[in-house]
Amino acid sequence: MKDDLPKPTQLALYKMLVELRLTEKRAYDLFLQNLVKGTSHLGLGQEAVAAGFALAMNKDDYSFCTYRGHNHTLARGASMAAVLGELMGRECGLLAGKGGSMHLTSVEHGAMGSYAIIGAHIPVAAGAAWTAQYRGTGQVAVAFFGDGTTNIGAFHEALNLAAVWKLPVVFVCENNLYMEYTPIHSVTAVKNPAADRAAAYGLESIIIDGNDVDEVYRTARQAFAKARAGDGPSLVECKTYRHSGHSRADPAHYRPAEEVKEWLTRDPVTLYRTRLTGLGIAASVLDAIDAEALKAVNEATEIAKASPPPAIELAYRDVWANGGTEWRN
Amino acid sequence: MAELSYRDAVAAAIAQEMERDESVVFLGEDIAAAGGVFKTTVGLLERFGPRRVRDTPISELAILGVTMGAAMTGLRPIAEIMFSDFLACCWDYVANEIPKTRYMTNGQFAMPLVIRTANGSGSRFGAQHSQSVENWAMAIPGLKVVAPSTPADLKGLLAAAIRDPDPVIFFEHKALYALKGEVPDGEHVEPLGKAKVLREGSDITIVALAAMVHRALQAADVLQKEHGISATVVDLRSLVPLDTQTLLAAVSKTGRLFTVEENPRLCGWGAEIASIAAEECFHDLDTPIVRITTPHIPLPAADQLEDAVVPSVERIVNTIRKFADFKSTALGGL
Repeated sequence: MKDDLPKPTQLALYKMLVELRLTEKRAYDLFLQNLVKGTSHLGLGQEAVAAGFALAMNKDDYSFCTYRGHNHTLARGASMAAVLGELMGRECGLLAGKGGSMHLTSVEHGAMGSYAIIGAHIPVAAGAAWTAQYRGTGQVAVAFFGDGTTNIGAFHEALNLAAVWKLPVVFVCENNLYMEYTPIHSVTAVKNPAADRAAAYGLESIIIDGNDVDEVYRTARQAFAKARAGDGPSLVECKTYRHSGHSRADPAHYRPAEEVKEWLTRDPVTLYRTRLTGLGIAASVLDAIDAEALKAVNEATEIAKASPPPAIELAYRDVWANGGTEWRN
Repeated sequence: MAELSYRDAVAAAIAQEMERDESVVFLGEDIAAAGGVFKTTVGLLERFGPRRVRDTPISELAILGVTMGAAMTGLRPIAEIMFSDFLACCWDYVANEIPKTRYMTNGQFAMPLVIRTANGSGSRFGAQHSQSVENWAMAIPGLKVVAPSTPADLKGLLAAAIRDPDPVIFFEHKALYALKGEVPDGEHVEPLGKAKVLREGSDITIVALAAMVHRALQAADVLQKEHGISATVVDLRSLVPLDTQTLLAAVSKTGRLFTVEENPRLCGWGAEIASIAAEECFHDLDTPIVRITTPHIPLPAADQLEDAVVPSVERIVNTIRKFADFKSTALGGL
């Protein structure tokens, strides 16, 4: 039996889980009100991976995630209003409306981007890790991705290079069982799409319960310690489940009702609340965290709603480092 | 001034910049221990060590992804993609990631990186190792596109590309690697985005890039000596930024514009040049703008076939004589 985490860590993890859950639910509500435009890929049900890893990171570590990146961006410290504002295409958005839901980025928080092309960010994370190694900073880079990504070339090229160069990078697969609409097992030659490929790159096979935030946090700390010690990359496969469809266009009718029901009993937020109360933390303490998170989400929603659309001039800025867009004299 | 080959100018530029800036690093396939398949990077590993000059696996996605991640976090990486044709293997980085990240994130990143690549025909390598693909890169907002024609420009422009805060695709022409020329001694940097007028003439303007610059110059000699046609020859040197001032000034003066392009016909860079000239100096034009390009076909391998399709001195001369209707002007003579 592993030792329980210190109580402040447990409460921080719980708070993060609740904040991510409520913000993501609010994103869905805003979509239903037609206030969120474009597409959005919700991370409901997958909060424990984001919370566990983010709280194990140092402030100056680098994280890279996919278009299902709301949780990961918030978990690094980006404000709820800036995230919701970006989904709504408002001036207060994290990218002032220039990126949208699939590109949330907050460099000041080490959230180095959400990448909308499957697998693209995995070599990029290795590149950030190369900078850390080159400069001897002790930073690590983390790349989060889905099970579907394990069948794309960039994943394999990056794992090989990172292993050969012993880069301080941690590759985190959130295996939610479906690539988009298709079950991952029906299109993958191995049972565990990430972990079973680890041996090909001389890495350890690591599979964890991605809905158990304590386990995620502990695993993250081990992988980070290894990376910071100069012992190279890790590949972690987290078993989890998304509560909603692939994107807002997807009602996820392809998933058996029994399977959904079973996974809902393993909801990461409920699981953790039950564990903490079992450890003697008063329900009133957790209720207070819930209430505070809801208040924060409500306030963020109002800020985002009140924010105007971005100034049109922004469309004509920042192609180049000088801030401009000129391609000729 | 020392004489240097176009090939040796590559290593000279990289060494110059690595010497002055510790954040410059270099990676690619066979670039370190082997000195590059075209022997352009010989000696860099010995001089700067494996920490800064790194061989990679044959993984173009990883090469450009790692390059991008390093640039986003403060290094100034130079990546080599061995043949420009292979850019297609890592096109996501060229088209989607590297040029768009700064814009999409509302300016949160700079992307100071260089992708060096061997471009163009002349080596009889066939359709997948001989293409001229500078027009692919030109079509993407957020990339600077440079293609030098001489050893001095190679060194100076590559140095400028390495110092530039934006991503630069640097097209080295394979057929020019053996070309020798004078290169200024000491530190040499040429600003990006300035075309060079290599020859001043009064009748026509020929605009060219990389290997085609030399053919344009030879054609200009023939036109002058044998046909009394006086040509201005402009070496664009960079497609983005594009020096339209130099271009339009030359066209306005001569009234006739010909482009010489190695890329296949459709959407070649000359189409954009022609469009700009037509829009902005239409009234100065005496004859239609004519593009001399490789036809819209994949490149064949055999000597005779490749030579037949890439613009030759003869084809440039003949096309210019055919289209530049000197009878209708005060110049007369034809």
